[in-house]
Amino acid sequence: MRLELHGITKRFPGVVANEGVDLVVEPGQIHALLGENGAGKSTLMNVLYGLYRPDEGEIRLDGKVRTFRDPGDAIAAGIGMVHQHFMLVPVFTVTENIMLGVESTRGRTGFLDYKTARSRIVEVSERHGLHVDPDARVEDLPVGVRQRVEIIKTLYRKADVLILDEPTAVLTPQEDEELFEIMRSLARAGTSIIFITHKLNEVLEIADTITVLRRGKVVGSTRPADTNQGELAAMMVGRSIKLVVDKGPAAPTEPVLSISGLSVRDDRGHLAVDSLDLDVRAGEIVAVAGVQGNGQTELIEAITGLRAPLSGSVRIAGSEVRAAPRKVFEAGVAHVPEDRLEEGLIPGFTVAENLILNTYYLEPYAKGLRVQRDAIVATAGELVDQYDIRTPSMFNDVGNLSGGNQQKVIVAREFSRPIKLLVASQPTRGLDVGSIEYIHKRIVEKRDEGVAVLIASTELDEVLALGDRIAVMYQGRIVGILDPSEATPERLGLLMGGAQLADAIGVMPPAGPRPPDAGSAGVAPSAGGGAR
Amino acid sequence: MTAAAATAATTAGRVVTRERVLGVGYIVIAILMVVFLGGGIAGEESKFGLNVGPRPVIPLPDLVVPAQLTVYLLAGICAFAGVVQLLRAGVRWWAVLLGIVAVCLVAAFLTWAAAGRSMSLVGLMSQTLQRSVPIAFGAFSGLLCERSGVVNIAIEGMLLCGAFAAAVAASIAGNVWVGIAAAIVVGGFLGLLLAVLAIRYFVDQIIAGTVINIGAAGLTAFLSSKVLVALPDLNNPPRFLPDKIPGLGDIPIVGPILFTNSLFVYAMFVLILVIHLALFYTRYGLRVRAVGEHPIAAETVGIDVVRTRYINVVLGGMMAGFGGAYFTLGSTGSFDKGMTAGKGFIGLAAMIFGGWTPIGAFFASLIFGFADALQNRLSILNVGIPSEVLLMVPYIVTIAVVAGLVGRVRMPAADGKPFRRE
Repeated sequence: MRLELHGITKRFPGVVANEGVDLVVEPGQIHALLGENGAGKSTLMNVLYGLYRPDEGEIRLDGKVRTFRDPGDAIAAGIGMVHQHFMLVPVFTVTENIMLGVESTRGRTGFLDYKTARSRIVEVSERHGLHVDPDARVEDLPVGVRQRVEIIKTLYRKADVLILDEPTAVLTPQEDEELFEIMRSLARAGTSIIFITHKLNEVLEIADTITVLRRGKVVGSTRPADTNQGELAAMMVGRSIKLVVDKGPAAPTEPVLSISGLSVRDDRGHLAVDSLDLDVRAGEIVAVAGVQGNGQTELIEAITGLRAPLSGSVRIAGSEVRAAPRKVFEAGVAHVPEDRLEEGLIPGFTVAENLILNTYYLEPYAKGLRVQRDAIVATAGELVDQYDIRTPSMFNDVGNLSGGNQQKVIVAREFSRPIKLLVASQPTRGLDVGSIEYIHKRIVEKRDEGVAVLIASTELDEVLALGDRIAVMYQGRIVGILDPSEATPERLGLLMGGAQLADAIGVMPPAGPRPPDAGSAGVAPSAGGGAR
Repeated sequence: MTAAAATAATTAGRVVTRERVLGVGYIVIAILMVVFLGGGIAGEESKFGLNVGPRPVIPLPDLVVPAQLTVYLLAGICAFAGVVQLLRAGVRWWAVLLGIVAVCLVAAFLTWAAAGRSMSLVGLMSQTLQRSVPIAFGAFSGLLCERSGVVNIAIEGMLLCGAFAAAVAASIAGNVWVGIAAAIVVGGFLGLLLAVLAIRYFVDQIIAGTVINIGAAGLTAFLSSKVLVALPDLNNPPRFLPDKIPGLGDIPIVGPILFTNSLFVYAMFVLILVIHLALFYTRYGLRVRAVGEHPIAAETVGIDVVRTRYINVVLGGMMAGFGGAYFTLGSTGSFDKGMTAGKGFIGLAAMIFGGWTPIGAFFASLIFGFADALQNRLSILNVGIPSEVLLMVPYIVTIAVVAGLVGRVRMPAADGKPFRRE
C-alpha cells in the first residue's frame, strides 16, 4: 500500500510538534524516520495511527484521503504499529494478546474460539518465520519474543503498513539481526515499513529511504548510498557532531572499587547477581555490557548501598559498603541512576532543589534545622551555567525539562562533588546525539582526573566508545572482560547472549588492530574488521 | 559456589523459621483447645441435628458425640499437624496442614458450644449460605468494576440504597419483583455516579467511593427516620420465601442446604456461572480484563476503554443493588438504617480473597457467611460468650483473612488508575 502524508501539522499547547510534514512510503519500502528525541517522530506516528488528530494536513492510502478517529480506524485501514513500550497484556497468553480486539468467536455467541485464533496465529507466524509459542504467557517471554508477538499482532490484522517505533532499543545485536531479517522478508512480501530510530548505523544498514525530522519539520530525505553517519547526525542536530569520543589511553592506578563474591537478589527473590568479582581502578572506565535484566541493575544498587547484598563484599577505597546510601555518597561515590525520573530526580522539585538533593543537610546549604536558601541558589546558579543546563530558570520543575537537560542536572549534582568513584547506569538512555556527546565528554574528563568509573549500558556503541575495559554480564555473572581492541560488536553480542568467552573469540577471527579511540558513537556494522 | 551454598542456606533458613512458627503455633492451639474447650465439658454429649423442617421425607438420626473425647481427638490432630510441620513439612504441605488445623479448631469449637445441648448442623450450613448472599453480591460488584480497572469501595452504600429502594418500591407496588427492579435501578444509578466521578472527572476512586458510602448512609438514615417512621406502610414489603425445588429439596442434608432457598441464593449460583463464563470465555470478558490490566494496550487495538469501564461499573452497581434487596426482601422484611453493617466491605475482602474471580469470591463469601451464621447460632445457644464479642467474629475473620493474604494475590494491574488519553 502506498502511504502519503501531506502537510501534517499537529500543535499542542505551546508547542508545534509537527509542522507541514510530508512523507511518502512506497509499497514494500523500508522507510527510516530519523530524528532526535522531541523531533516529532512519535507524534507523527500517533497521528497516522489515529491516537492524535492532525490540526492540518491529510493522510492518503493508495491515493484516497482517510481520516482516523481512533486506532480502530487505522487498524481497519491496514496500519499496524509496534510501540516502543510493548502494548501487550503481561498476564495474557500470546493468543489472547494477538486476538484482542479482533477476537474469533463461535458464531454470534460471543464465546471465544481459541482454536481458530491459534491456528491463524500459527499460520501467520510460519509464513513469516516468526516463531512463537501461542500458549505461552507474555510475561514469561524474553523481550525479543515479545516484539515478535507484536509484529504478529499487526500481521494478524492484515497490516500493509507497519510502523516500528524504536524497535532495537531493547534488543541484543543478534536479535537486531533477526529483526532486520524479518523486516526485509516482510518488505519483500509487499509490506511498507516505517522504521523509527535514532541509531545511525541501523538506518544505513536497513533502510531504503531515510527521512530526517528536526523540531517537527522534515529537514531532508536521502538514501543510504548517498549519505553517511556524520551527515545524518548533522541533519538531525542541525550542526556537525563529533561521533567519536576524544579519549586518550587510560592510566589506571590503584583499585577504588573492589567487588568479590557478590551475590544479590532481585525484588522477586531470584539470584540476580551471582558471586561476581570485579575491580575498578582509579583513572579507568570499566563498561559493563549486557542485555537488560542480567543483573546490572542489582549490581549497581548493591554498589551504591541501595540494595543489601546476599553475600560477598563491596569495598570502596578500602572500606566495606553497607546498605546506607548516604554513607556511600559521603565516601565519594557519584551515582547516575538508570531511571532519571524515578531514582535520579524528584520531578516536582525545582532544578535548584534537585541540584542539592544529596548535600542539602551539609553546610553551607543547612545550618542546624534551617535551610540556607541563598547558598543553594548561589550554587545552583553556578552549576546551571557550568553544565549548560537549559532551563527557563533554576526555579522551574525538573520534570518539565527535556531528558537531556534532566540528565545534565544529575551529572552536575554528582560531578560537582569531590568523588573517587563514578557509577553510571544507562547514562545516555533516551538522549539525543548532542546530549550523548556532552555526557560522554564529561565522563571521560572525570576519568582523566583520576576517578574510577563504572558504566553499565545496554548500548553497544556506548560501551565501545567509553570502556577502557569491557565486562560482559550475563545472568548475574561477568562472562568475560575484553580489551576494547578485541571487543567487536559481534563478540560482545555473542557474550551478551550467553556464549562462552572462548567460543566468542573462536568463532570470530581476531579483529584487526584498532586505535584506542576507535570506539565511536555510531560504530558501523563493518567496524569489526570485516567479520560479517 | 560459596554464594550458591549461602543462597541455599538462607533460603532454607527462612523457610525453617516460618515452618517453626507455624508448627509451634499449631501445638499451642492444640493445648488451648484441650484447656479451654475440653476443660469444662467432661461427661457431656454434643448433639448435632441433621434435619431441618417439620417433616423431612428421609429423616436422619442426630449426630451425637462425646464432647470431651471429640475435642481431645481434634486437639490431637492439631498437635500432630504441628509436629509434622516442625519435623518435615515441605513448602507444598503447609497450606494443607493449615486447612486441617482450621477445620479442627472450628469443629472443636462447635463441639464445645453444643456440649450438653443440641445444635442443628444443617441449619448452621443453610444459614451460612444465606448469610453469604449479600457478601457474594458485593464481591461480584467489586470484581466487575475492578476487572475493568475501577476500584469500587462504594459497595456498602450501593447495598444500603438497594435495600432501601427495594423495601419502599415493593411496599408501594405490593410486589417483590418491582422491589428487585427498583434496587437494581438505584444500584445502577450509584454505579453510574461512581463511573462519572472516577472516569469522567478523574476523582480519586477511593474518595469517590467513600463519598457515595457516606451519602448513602446519611440519605437512607434520614429517609427512614423521617419518612418510613411516619409512613410505616412504605416499609412493609412482601418477601421472597424459600422455595423448595421438588425432588432435590428432599435429599437429606444437601436438600435443605442447597435446594430450599429463596430467589437470592439461586440467583447467586446462576451469577457465579454467568460471570465466570462471561469474564473468562467471551470476547467481552477478554476485553474487560485487557482494559483492567493494560488500558493503553487495549486502546491501541481499538477497544473503547472509557465505554468498557462505564459499562462494567454500572453493571457492578446493579449487582450490588440487587444484593442490597436481599436485606429487605430476602431476609428481615423491613428496612433499618445501617442494616448492611459493613457487608459491602466484607464483600470487598471476599473479592480479594477470591483472587478477583467469581468462584473464588463465592467460596470466600462462604467463610465470612459462616462466621456470621456462627455468631448468630452461638448467641441463640447462649454459650456464655458476651454477644458483643460474638458480633465481632465476622470482622475478625475478615481482618485475619485479608492480612494473611496481602501480597499473595495479584490484582488487575491497572486497578484504580485513571485512564487519560494523551
